[in-house]
Amino acid sequence: MDFPILSAVTFLPLAGAVLILLIRALTGAQVRPDGSEDDRVLYAGLLFSVATFVISIVMFLSFDQQGSGYQLVEEVDWFSGIKYKMGVDGMSLLLIMLTTLLMPIALIASIGSIKHRLTEYTVAFLVLETFMIGVFCALDMVVFYVFFEAGLIPMFIIIGVWGGAERIYASYKFFLYTLFGSLFMLAAVVYMYLTAGTSDVVALEQYEFGKDAQTWLWLAFFASFAVKLPMWPVHTWLPDAHVQAPTAGSVILAGILLKMGGYGFLRFSLPMFPEASVLFQPFVFTISVIAIVYASLVAWRQTDMKKLIAYSSVAHMGFVTLGIFSFTEIGVQGAVFQMLSHGLISGALFLIVGVVYDRMHTRDISAYGGLVHRMPVYATLFMLFTMANVGLPGTSGFVGEILTMVGAFQANTWAAAGAALGVIFSAVYMLTLYRRTVFGQITNPELETIEDVNTKELICLIPLAIGVILLGILPNLIFDITRESSLHALAQMAGG
Amino acid sequence: MFDIEAILSTIAPELLLAAAGLLGVTLGALFGDRFNGISFKLGALVLFLAAALAGVYWDGGRAFDGLVETTSFANFAKAVSFGCAGVALLMAEGFLRRHDTMRYEYALLIIFASLGMGIILSSANFMTLYLGVETLSLSSYVLAAFHRDSPRSAEAGLKYFVLGALASGLLLYGMSLVYGFAGGTSYEIIAGTEASLGFMFGMVLMITGLAFKVSAAPMHVWTPDVYEGSPSPVVAFFATAPKMASMVVFAIVMFTAFPQAMAFENWQLIIAIIAGASMLIGAFGALPQSNLKRLLGYSSIANMGYALVAIAAGVQYGAGSLLIFMTAYVIASLGLFGGVLSMRREGGMVENVNELAGLIRRQPGLATALTVLLVSVSGFPLAFGFLGKLAVLEAGWNAGLMPLIIILVLSSVVAMYYYLRIVKIMWFDEQAEDFESVDGWVTTTVYLTAIISVALLIFINPLSELAASAAASLIS
Repeated sequence: MDFPILSAVTFLPLAGAVLILLIRALTGAQVRPDGSEDDRVLYAGLLFSVATFVISIVMFLSFDQQGSGYQLVEEVDWFSGIKYKMGVDGMSLLLIMLTTLLMPIALIASIGSIKHRLTEYTVAFLVLETFMIGVFCALDMVVFYVFFEAGLIPMFIIIGVWGGAERIYASYKFFLYTLFGSLFMLAAVVYMYLTAGTSDVVALEQYEFGKDAQTWLWLAFFASFAVKLPMWPVHTWLPDAHVQAPTAGSVILAGILLKMGGYGFLRFSLPMFPEASVLFQPFVFTISVIAIVYASLVAWRQTDMKKLIAYSSVAHMGFVTLGIFSFTEIGVQGAVFQMLSHGLISGALFLIVGVVYDRMHTRDISAYGGLVHRMPVYATLFMLFTMANVGLPGTSGFVGEILTMVGAFQANTWAAAGAALGVIFSAVYMLTLYRRTVFGQITNPELETIEDVNTKELICLIPLAIGVILLGILPNLIFDITRESSLHALAQMAGG
Repeated sequence: MFDIEAILSTIAPELLLAAAGLLGVTLGALFGDRFNGISFKLGALVLFLAAALAGVYWDGGRAFDGLVETTSFANFAKAVSFGCAGVALLMAEGFLRRHDTMRYEYALLIIFASLGMGIILSSANFMTLYLGVETLSLSSYVLAAFHRDSPRSAEAGLKYFVLGALASGLLLYGMSLVYGFAGGTSYEIIAGTEASLGFMFGMVLMITGLAFKVSAAPMHVWTPDVYEGSPSPVVAFFATAPKMASMVVFAIVMFTAFPQAMAFENWQLIIAIIAGASMLIGAFGALPQSNLKRLLGYSSIANMGYALVAIAAGVQYGAGSLLIFMTAYVIASLGLFGGVLSMRREGGMVENVNELAGLIRRQPGLATALTVLLVSVSGFPLAFGFLGKLAVLEAGWNAGLMPLIIILVLSSVVAMYYYLRIVKIMWFDEQAEDFESVDGWVTTTVYLTAIISVALLIFINPLSELAASAAASLIS
């Protein structure tokens, strides 16, 4: 058997977490005189997440981009016919790369801004990384479910311990909302396992469920993925969770956890329940367009920077569902691209907010203004990511939006028209945000002494900026890899 | 005259327990208080040996003209129950010593209660069943009131006794009705009877009595009070070993005395209603609780509801699932009550959930282990409890019990809220004072059960095959 590289990528962060816990248990936490904890533990966590990133590059290189189907497959018996089965295709490969890239960035961003209980903080993030990678690797429904759900616990703790003032409420809301959706998926998974006699994803793709069964199963999966993505009207946990989470938590939440919903639609709903997917297309289109327009308008009225970006995420995820349920190659390709691109952009925007929050300890837009006079580098980077979020050509945001809309246009003109409205609104709220915080005169005297981005923050932001521009100029880098898996997701649709 | 071989293969663990119990009484009479210290360790050793014997005679047998009959199904439950009883006994020692009530009678009562569990698990006849139930119950009443100087403990014992006696009476009355219509007391004869109205009446009364023993709604009202009032190590015992044994006996009685062909349709609905009510009452009842023991009491009601879903699914689908689910539940419960036993401060036990505040900063190991156990008992992925719930869901689906599945899903979300509340208190809240250190057995149990709960999530295969083969012994 070959070296199990997927398991290595998945479980290396967990191994790091255990090691850190053991070392801390033996040495005890080093607390400085001012009560903050020694941050060497964060660097240890960073080491493991960087090592994971390196291994994921090896994984990327050993992936055959021309090959079809799932690659690097590992299989071990678990119990009663359920296997521990891992494998990747182009789509999941890139989502794993996104995860392993964002995690070190999130940890770097935490240096200095998180001051207490660093051991638990680092461990929670590493454990979360394992579960997130596992979600994208799993090729068995039960294994997928375990990883999918397990990630809730570390995120619950991250929001609840290191979050803002309303953190307890936000963490509960996040947890119970998601759990509620997921339990229906669990019931559906059990049903599929009993009916088809297997929980293997590859085998289930071939299995044809009856029409009624498909409808119910689709709805059960939808309950879970719609909450996770999140789609209107079950998105209300997201603004709370984002606003209360620490910066790094928001980065991971927006960058990766939201993508699990879209990934789930592509990996399970479309190939396994093609007829039901077609049946529900108008429904999904309707709520996607509502999400795009409604969330954009709500974002416009926000006074809290993080909340604004959170609503913008809801709107952008609307494009993802539009693209997926257009059932066209171009739409699905666009949706995958949009997920990756949004992972970079929203992560970067939360970091951007984090930069000024660390200095001013407020996210209120009206507390800012005229930042360009004191923070020119910051203003430049902020501009780049604002434009990317708006969907300016040349940035990755443009490619994702245009392709999903083209896909949607082929399926339903009105849906595409509604979505186009959202693109305009996104320019309105993002530019408003940018103008009010960066331009104008400095009105708040505390801003007089604010410092520009430091090296640490540049290390976080530069890779994301490069990624956003690179993908905007050379989107084929992505499309070549995801083509096979996009076609694979649609293969059953053409047949049915 | 006796077929020694058959007797041994049927009730070897019970013989060991009975002999050890009688020997213990003698030694206690001879040595008095000097026997107190060693009795706990010896008692636990005997219980572990009995568990091992259940494994040695795994295939079981039949003896005394069918008064007792043991299947692998029963042996699985015996091994787990005796093991839990042994651990609960070890955990009790330190607690009782500090409360000045460490007496060898405690160990003996646990052994006699375990003997009762063994008898009911091996019974194939109402006579033996009732004897076993009473042996278990009478020992339990005394255990509940073991802190005889504490009014709460005495109250718990009395409540348990009065209600338990009522339930035993119902059980006995049901048995007599069934006997009257069937003309015999052995499961075999009863299983071959025509199900008449009077017979059904008896069966329902028996279900009522058995539901009391497993604390299923609506016969659950004693549970929170007894859990709160009884000494904590006793509750650690109540919540694990007798629960496992009684639930499996419940299943054996329903599956073999009132089998599929004869009365399944008649009792499936009753069990399903009991299961649904237990899940809902357990989930919602726990929400306002601030006493950890009461909370765990309600949690056990909810979990018995999940287990009953497996019984309602019928022998073919439910038997194996029941074993997996109950094993996961008792392992996690044992650890959680180890956690309750760890909560001591300034010489006394504290039981309020809020006393756990900020535990992660003072005792990160204990807090992490308790978190794992809560995750397991809630059936969330990441620990063994998830596979238990998965097995129950599977059984429910197979039997087409859609309404129960929906209730199960909804009550799981509600239950998650109060488990999460404990996690929240341990991880997020401002720190309360330190706990005093407790003896090694308790700490070891908490850590070990947490590790086992995670390990069994991954290495479940041998256990699930064992449970499947045990379930097969019941079907054939």
